[in-house]
This record gives sequence, C-alpha cells and structure tokens, in this order.
Amino acid sequence: MSINRRDFIKTIGIAGVTLTVGNELLAAPKKEEKEIEFSGILIDTTLCIGCRTCEHVCAETNGLPDTSDEETGSNRQPTEKQLCVINTFNVDGNEIFVKKQCMHCNQPACATGCLTKAMKKTDEGPVIWTANKCMGCRFCMINCPFDIPKFEYHSPNPKIQKCKMCFERLKEGKKPACVENCPAEAAIFGKRRDLIEIAKARIYAEPDKYYHHIYGENEVGGTGVLYLASVPFEKLGFKTNLGATPYPEYSKEFLYAVPVIFTVLPALLLGMHSASKSENNKIEKEESYE
Amino acid sequence: MNNNVNISDRGSKSLIRFVISELKPRGKIFTPFNIISGLIILLSLVILVIRFAKGLGSVADASQLHPWGLWISFNVITGVAFAGGAYVLTFMVYILNMKKYHSIVRMTVLWGFLAYSFYAGALILDLGRPWNIINPIIGNSFGLSSVLFLVAWHFILYIIAQFIEFSPAIAEWLEAKRLRKILVSLTIGTVIFGITLSVLHQSGLGALFMMAKAKIHPLWYSEFLPILFLISSIFAGLSIIIVVGSICQKVFKNQLKSDYGDSYKNIVFGFAKICAVAMFVYLFLRLLVLIHSQQWALINTHIGYWFLLEILGFVLVPFIFFIYGFKHRSMLLIHIASIMTIIGIILNRLNVSMIAYLWNDPLAHYPTWMEIVVSVSVILAQIWIFRWIIYRMPILRKSPDWVPEDEEK
Ligand code: SF4
Ligand code: SF4
Repeated sequence: MSINRRDFIKTIGIAGVTLTVGNELLAAPKKEEKEIEFSGILIDTTLCIGCRTCEHVCAETNGLPDTSDEETGSNRQPTEKQLCVINTFNVDGNEIFVKKQCMHCNQPACATGCLTKAMKKTDEGPVIWTANKCMGCRFCMINCPFDIPKFEYHSPNPKIQKCKMCFERLKEGKKPACVENCPAEAAIFGKRRDLIEIAKARIYAEPDKYYHHIYGENEVGGTGVLYLASVPFEKLGFKTNLGATPYPEYSKEFLYAVPVIFTVLPALLLGMHSASKSENNKIEKEESYE
Repeated sequence: MNNNVNISDRGSKSLIRFVISELKPRGKIFTPFNIISGLIILLSLVILVIRFAKGLGSVADASQLHPWGLWISFNVITGVAFAGGAYVLTFMVYILNMKKYHSIVRMTVLWGFLAYSFYAGALILDLGRPWNIINPIIGNSFGLSSVLFLVAWHFILYIIAQFIEFSPAIAEWLEAKRLRKILVSLTIGTVIFGITLSVLHQSGLGALFMMAKAKIHPLWYSEFLPILFLISSIFAGLSIIIVVGSICQKVFKNQLKSDYGDSYKNIVFGFAKICAVAMFVYLFLRLLVLIHSQQWALINTHIGYWFLLEILGFVLVPFIFFIYGFKHRSMLLIHIASIMTIIGIILNRLNVSMIAYLWNDPLAHYPTWMEIVVSVSVILAQIWIFRWIIYRMPILRKSPDWVPEDEEK
C-alpha cells in the first residue's frame, strides 16, 4: 500500500471541500448578532386574573381542541394539543396565575440544533416551525431549555407543535391572539426593547409590589417573552438555574474545532503514514543486508 | 474489448449467475440461532408496520420529555461507539504500519461498515418525518449551526469511506482483478479521510448533548463530553472486536488460515494494552471533571452510587483486568475485561442519553418491549449479513491466489 501524489491530492481535496463547509459554519452563528428589533410579549403575572381566555383563543387560532374544561394545576405543560397553559400557584395565601408557552428566545437552542432549519428565528421575533423541512428527529426537544416543542407521537404524519407567537397574524399587522383577547391586559405585545423599558418602569413605580427581576431579560441570552411577578420566580415554577449564556454558545466550541481538525488531522495522519512507511523500508533493507 | 464492459473477468452473464448462486444460504438453515433470530426479525417487521401506520407513539414509549428512546440511545449512540474499532485499527495498520494487526483489519472494517449502515437505518426508523431526510442531504436546507447536521453528514461520508476500504474484498469475491487494483489504490486516502471523520463524529455524539446542560445530571454533563466520548470509543471498539473476533474464531473455524490462532492471541494482547492505556486516560479525565466540578456531595445520593457503579465497576475493574490479562497472558481475563467494558459503555451512553437525562423527572421512562424487539433485531440483522459475507468473501480466509502476496489484505 503506498500513497502517491494523486492520492495525496485527493485527500487534501476532500479536506478542502469540508473546510469550506466548515467556514460557512463559522459564519452561521454570527448572523444572530445583526441588530434586529425583535418583537415580544410582556406578561405581568400580577395582573393576570386566571380567566384562561388566552388558552381558548390559542386553541381556536391554531385549530386545536378546546380544553376549557380541563382542571388547572401548578405543573401543567404545553402539549402537542395545547400550546399555552395557565398554571395556578398558591404563594403565601395568594393565588398567582402564570401563562406558559414558548419563550421565543433571542438565540434559540431549538433552532440552533435543527439540522434542516425547519425551526427558525424569524427577523420579526417569533420562532417558527416549517412542516416541509422538518424530518422529525426531535433534537429541538432535546435542546430547548424550557422543554417547549412537542411532538405528535400518535400520528403517521407527525408535526412539532409549539407556540409561534401567531406569526401569520403578525404579518397581517395583528397582535398575537392571546394578547389581543386578554381582558386584564396582563399580556402586552411590542418591540422587546420597549417591553423591557415598560417592565422596568413598572418595577420603579411600584417597588413594593414587584419582585425586582424581569424574567427573560437575560435568561439564556434573553427571551422574546418577558415576565414580571410579585414573588421570586422559582416559586412560580420558573427555571432559575439556566444562566445568562446564550445556549448556542455551549456547542460553539465543538463546531469551531471541526474545520481545524479537518485540516490538521489529515495532514498529520499523512505525515505519520510516510514516516512509518520509510522506517519500515529501512528496517526491511537492513534486514536484507544481514 | 469485453474487458471494458465487464468489471469482472468472468464475463457479465456468468457474473450474474455467480452472484445469484451465492445468494443461496449455506450450511444448515434451521439452527436454533437462525430460528430464534428469524422470528425476532419477523416480529420486528410487524412492529415497524404498526409504527409507520400509526405513529411512533403506538410502539415506543412516547414521552415529550424524553424525546429520544431506545433506538437512538442504544442503536445509534451506543452502537456507533462500538463501531469505533474500525478507525482505531485502520489507524494502527495503515498509518502506523503495524503489520501484526493486518489479518483482522477486514473483519473489523466489515463490522464497522455494517454497524454504521444498520444504525443509520435505526435512526431513520426513529425519524418522525423520514421523507424529509433528503433536506439536509441535498442541501436545500442546511442547518450548519447544528451538531446533529455534522454528525449526520459524517455518518454518510464515513459509510462510503468504509465501503471503499472494504471493497477490495468484494472485488476479490467477484474476481474483478482490475477493479481491485483501483480500489486498493484508494485505500490510504479513504483511511485518512475515515479516521478524521470518525474522530469528529465520535466526539460529535457527545457534543449533541452540549445544549442539554440543564437536563443531564451534573455527574455526567461536562464540557468534556465530546472528548470523553471519543476516548471511550477507542476501548469500546477494541473490546467489541476482541469479543466478535473470538466468536468468529469458533464459528468460522473452516475459514481460518492455519497459523491464525497464534497471531490472533498476539493481536488480542496488543488490544488489551491499548485498551488499558485509553482507559487510564479516560479515568483520569473523568476524575479531573469530577474534581473540577466539585460535585463530591452528589456522589452520596442514589444516582451517585449508580455513577460509581459505572466508573468503578465497569471502567476501573476491567481496566485492571486488562493490565493483568496482558501481563499474565490470560485470554480469559481479557475476555472478561472486554465484556465488562462493553457493559460499561452501554451504561455510560444510556446514562447520558436516557437515565441521567432528566433524572428527576417523576414520570419514569422505560422502553416498551416493542422498542426492545426492534433494537435487538437491528443487531441480529447485522449479524446475519456479517455471516453471509464472511462465508463468501475473503474476510478471514486467504485472498485468492491471483492477489499479489504483499498486498494481501
Ligand atoms: S423556548 Fe424552547 S422552543 Fe421556544 S424558542 Fe426557546 S428554545 Fe425554542
Ligand atoms: S424535529 Fe424537526 S424542527 Fe426539530 S430539530 Fe428535528 S428537523 Fe428540526
């Protein structure tokens, strides 16, 4: 077995092709840094009266079964049949209602991991899913820190279901259905930056009423849905251990290493191969002299 | 003139006749192994019909919180670690020129090639919308920021690379002398390419879980996961070759060259040494991770004991056995060590992807019997094909006489 010049060029050629793919890959995450004003939703749990109107209009808008007679609880999760849920918490004798749905992260883990770009962050802000791209690998479900995407396990043509911030309505210039129909104005829709200002203003205006934190301002690098509350968020079932690092950062290191390994390793292997071969030849020659 | 048309020197008509005659089974058909494995495979075909007609949830434990079940955790993530023997061995034989291991290369590459093909198949069974698998392949929708995208592509390319590495055996079987020459000339290039791909996707399987940071128990999650997956694939792959190789030696006695026994022993001792070194590095790294993360307190919990069982029982103990087995030239000890290592790797991969993944989820997640049947039959089908090829092509036996001696295998 010997390597000649042609093989060498072949090897390098293959490495080169992959390298260009690798370079594109390096460029990919940078796109998110581009200055875009995402839209978002601010949910003020101190205003929510727990009427569950949002649950009903959400089901209606998305063509899903109405679940208005379902019991509430403190640990209901969005499902493939119900994209947003209201949970009830009892803190120091007060009932607090919390709406739960996709957070529409600024740098969503679900979309970063999606190998078909079926899941993607739109320039407007919503994170949406495209049926004819998705291959149903469910990696988005593994990656989402909030366990939001849900899969239709009992369908031969399954979809990934999650809140899409009523992306179609937004394009028609309307607000998300849940926001538009909230009778208590507990949820407001707007540019994320403005929503943060509003939230801060509310905390400043009534410092005793609010717990001084906007959930989603920094969590996992910032989310499109923001929350205000009167008590610490861990009491309301929020994950408070997620950190402020954008989730794509965690796999970036590996992705950056890929093109480097692809250039260095083949060259190294080739070098080792020639070295060991010539050494072998030497030994063989010496043996034949003896 | 005829030669330009026919890849084989047999002539095209007789080539077809030859291939058809080779398709017929050899040896006894109704052995216990064949009957049992045949029934299991049939059963799993029925299960798969249900799966595609009614959705994954009708046969698998459909959990929204544990989106990846046994087929991914066991067949893909664990199985690929075991297929790692091929890249380690091709590295030793073709790059480092360690001639001693030459006789076992073909078997290992064949095992690796089949493992990858079948486990990639298992992956497709698990896809909810498999008809869209074309998207990330033909490039109308590249998710370049996805680790899974890289892993998937490396799988595909590596399957092709392994096929080329293995193809001289097919050419020898078909007596295609000229084709063989061309294929052999490709070997070193594909080997280099294949090793690079392997290094990347073995570690990539670990990197898949990087964004599941908040979900995997801190005793298992660390940013070293890709490196740990890579290093453990070395001793996982070699251990499985030791076991498969020894079984082959018993089952395919009539295929072996007369001096095979002794050289095989030497090969196994060599593997034992490499396993021990790799396991030492692996243990050291895991210890480092543990110290670094300051998770001592977590050890004294139920899942902490489980962690200790994995590390001490199925890495440290087989590590010691490998060393002893090597020193005292004990095949028995090395075989025990290999089997324990295999169990340890299964434990580790299932831990990361299933057991320690959302370990505190009150809704326990168990695979259904149907998932298990399909998982097992994927491996059985692989063994069937493996056996079929070994009986027909020069894998364990000598290459035909027309192959130049210094090029054999
Ligand atoms: S909450 Fe989950 S599903 Fe929603 S955008 Fe963030 S990562 Fe994606
Ligand atoms: S299941 Fe679909 S949307 Fe989710 S990661 Fe896979 S291809 Fe992307």
